[in-house]
Amino acid sequence: MSLDTVKNAESTPDQEQPYKELGLKDDEYARIREILGRRPTDAELAMYSVMWSEHCSYKSSKVHLKYFGETTTDEMREKMLAGIGENAGVVDIGDGWAITFKVESHNHPSYVEPYQGAATGVGGIVRDILAMGARPLAVMDPLRFGPADAPDTRRVLPGIVAGVGGYGNCLGLPNIGGEVVFDESYAGNPLVNALCVGAMRVEDLHLAHASGAGNKIILYGARTGLDGIGGVSVLASETFDDTAGKRKKLPSVQVGDPFTEKVLIECSLELFRQKLVVGIQDLGGAGLSCATSELASAGDGGMRVQLDRVPLRASGMTPAEVLSSESQERMCAVVRPEDVDAFMAVCAKWDVIATEIGEVTEGDRLVITWHDEVVVDVPPRTVAHEGPVYHRPIERPADQDALQADTPDRLPKPAREELLDLIKTMAASPNLASRQWVTQQYDRYVRGGTVLAQPADSGMIRIDEETHRGVALSTDCNGRYTKLDPYTGAKLALAEAYRNVATTGATPVAVTNCLNFGSPEDPAVMWQFEQAVKGLADGCAELGIPVTGGNVSFYNQTGATAILPTPVVGVLGVIDDVRRRIPTGIGAEAGETLLLLGETHEEFGGSEWAHVVHGHLGGLPPEVDLAREKLLAEVLVAGSRDGMLSAAHDLAEGGLAQALVETCLIGETGARVFLEGDLFTELFSESAGRVLVAVPRTEELRFTDMCTARGLPWRKVGVVDPESQALEVQGLGELSLAELREAWEGTLPALFD
Amino acid sequence: MKVGVITFPGTLDDVDAARAVRYAGGEAVSLWHADHDLKGVDAVIVPGGFSYGDYLRCGAIARFAPVMQEVVEAANKGMPVLGICNGFQILCEAHLLPGALIRNHKLHFVCRDQWLKVENNETAWTTRYDKGAEVLVPLKSGEGGYQADDETLKELEGEGRVVFRYVGDNPNGSRNGIAGITSANGRVVGLMPHPEHAIDALTGPTDDGLGMFLSLLDAVVSA
Repeated sequence: MSLDTVKNAESTPDQEQPYKELGLKDDEYARIREILGRRPTDAELAMYSVMWSEHCSYKSSKVHLKYFGETTTDEMREKMLAGIGENAGVVDIGDGWAITFKVESHNHPSYVEPYQGAATGVGGIVRDILAMGARPLAVMDPLRFGPADAPDTRRVLPGIVAGVGGYGNCLGLPNIGGEVVFDESYAGNPLVNALCVGAMRVEDLHLAHASGAGNKIILYGARTGLDGIGGVSVLASETFDDTAGKRKKLPSVQVGDPFTEKVLIECSLELFRQKLVVGIQDLGGAGLSCATSELASAGDGGMRVQLDRVPLRASGMTPAEVLSSESQERMCAVVRPEDVDAFMAVCAKWDVIATEIGEVTEGDRLVITWHDEVVVDVPPRTVAHEGPVYHRPIERPADQDALQADTPDRLPKPAREELLDLIKTMAASPNLASRQWVTQQYDRYVRGGTVLAQPADSGMIRIDEETHRGVALSTDCNGRYTKLDPYTGAKLALAEAYRNVATTGATPVAVTNCLNFGSPEDPAVMWQFEQAVKGLADGCAELGIPVTGGNVSFYNQTGATAILPTPVVGVLGVIDDVRRRIPTGIGAEAGETLLLLGETHEEFGGSEWAHVVHGHLGGLPPEVDLAREKLLAEVLVAGSRDGMLSAAHDLAEGGLAQALVETCLIGETGARVFLEGDLFTELFSESAGRVLVAVPRTEELRFTDMCTARGLPWRKVGVVDPESQALEVQGLGELSLAELREAWEGTLPALFD
Repeated sequence: MKVGVITFPGTLDDVDAARAVRYAGGEAVSLWHADHDLKGVDAVIVPGGFSYGDYLRCGAIARFAPVMQEVVEAANKGMPVLGICNGFQILCEAHLLPGALIRNHKLHFVCRDQWLKVENNETAWTTRYDKGAEVLVPLKSGEGGYQADDETLKELEGEGRVVFRYVGDNPNGSRNGIAGITSANGRVVGLMPHPEHAIDALTGPTDDGLGMFLSLLDAVVSA
């Protein structure tokens, strides 16, 4: 195969190029030719095709994502040190600490190869956090699968869980939470989202840019191989069709090596500490194509790269393959010439391969050579930032009205004598059952900073061992709510993640998201997307906390059927002293009263009850009142600060019944509950804005007075009963904690062991 | 009291082991795998993690690290050494302790709070516990199944060298429910569970693990 140089491209303008197979449309290819004034070389075509893919360029979502910026006020931006567009958002949390966090999807690779897909999803997000200059501190994994009892779920789930654990555990990052959700719509398209949070001193923030002519470009970490080539353009497009005839020696899914990543983290942190890095970029989707073009376009000059210097793990790789390889565990740094020796010494200490592959130049071109022949000569911004932008057609689905009109009112409600059993049935249903089978495979203790982890409402880690300052994180999304009303559904996801963080005593401060949707070429999906973005942005503005970053994953569908619209929302909270965190389980103090904060209405649209008992999805999701959520959060934080709360648990899917079951089982303590009105609604409605709290009897009056004074509705719903070892619902009877535990904890092991 | 904590490439729980030493009132000294140097410490902890990625076999590469040659030599002269999780695997590979650790019998990585029974409170690392006491500490490992031949087991049991035993269902298929053992002189201890993650009820299930580091302080001070 002869080398396709720029010279060659100039002299062979009519040569046919496989741009369609690489995922480029006719007009996109024409635009590349227009930018370059000639046909692209093979290497350039590889670069443009991966960088202009949906995954990298956000070409369908860009026009909508702008709305996040438009709705973010200066006041919301106050604590934000870096936002959308950087590798990850950064927030100032006080005491001189900056927190960076982000969630990303790795959906398609995880369907093809569950273990490696999930593993490299963790690896990728961790490098994003590292590239901000932060030490990665914890991970979380929101996961979604087809029905729990579907045969393919048995193939996909154990592999994905083992991949998340296998990579994260070996990397030494505690897994402090996430989600496991089952729904038919994810059967051919599981969602594997990965979140990482890291911390640094405010002054150590590193942004990806290549400034200063003469500075060296150093590639360090693993060698570059044939794995993951075309991963971005092929896997993130609509089909999994075999691209027959193309040279492809290894699967498109990358293979992870967490040991190499652990060493890469420690090596990078030492490089940061010694101030040897001017700019840094991780190599993720689109590999070197992305890293070189993004670094160059974010800097103030051009860049020259000698691609043949890249250490390879396969022989005979072409420049295009080297540029688009997604081999894992690699980073690219910009280093001052006088620091190169010191940089290399640190890498040698950690046995990390480091190679000078180029330098920052005066011009404004990214020039890449292969054995002294120019194979790429492009304006870097046209690759990294000036990709196509689409205004996709948007249309509210024709059946949306019918869906909303089909309310759960028509569903038969259980008789009073069936309610006790229903509590148990619901607790054992796949979406409500204990996630222990999954979380037991994740190390939650490593690094010694984990204050709360699953099954707590939010994960919490201590950031500062002297001041005890820490952060809490929760991710959430109910795709069923979002399907019924994407605008409200996105707000509900935000409200719940926000509430979860506050329920553990932390003050919510910032938001990240991972927007998982079907094909953007489907106007109905684009309508869901547009609505969800609006709902989330408007919700953030109402709550006064900014979106600091996010990720969009389109083409999540099986055939023509899209997944439930799934805008996963992650909320970061700050707690000035982790020692005052509120636990989830009752029984920590002798003599506790159970209070329900918030109001319960008859709201069963999209509820877990409708799903489990009737297989029904229709009507409208619960109403969301963000002003109330804000008040509720303030009361919870105040209650935690003044030591008035001994336990708290958010009400979500499954309503009060599920919250009671969990708080009893987690606390290994019984309770007696007395409810008024329609017991079915009281127990199973999914009205938002509610939290169950346990208050020591001595604090009861003080706490309820505060609620009343602030205008937060509260009701006494029961007492903790340390003697009983049962959950008693007055008027219905009691369930022993043993039988509840068997129901709650038995489901996933029975399915997956 | 100076306690060395070794870092190999892939070591994860070194920060935790060092913290546990500090909580117990000792001074933690960082030891680097590539150095033939114990920096004058009074005891050594080989912490958990995935040294060298657990490639080849857990602990099989780490035992050849320069620092381990120093550790073996010092241990043979009576220096207290504690191997936790991957550190236990390394001490077995280095033949400071008998037996080996294999893949958990259910093949999954297991992270859970685990009750242990203290079987021997006379080692350098366990004098602060009552014999027969039960302690709750995290267990987190994929290859924690303790194996030894019948003769070795008989010897360990007969000489009272089983230090900790799992209480309740066996989490990983270890023979005789063994969670930790000691050398013949009671100075070297290895265990799969993580006492360094149970030094404060804020971040661990209990502070039951702190006793091991306080015991060491007693052993070194009284020596």
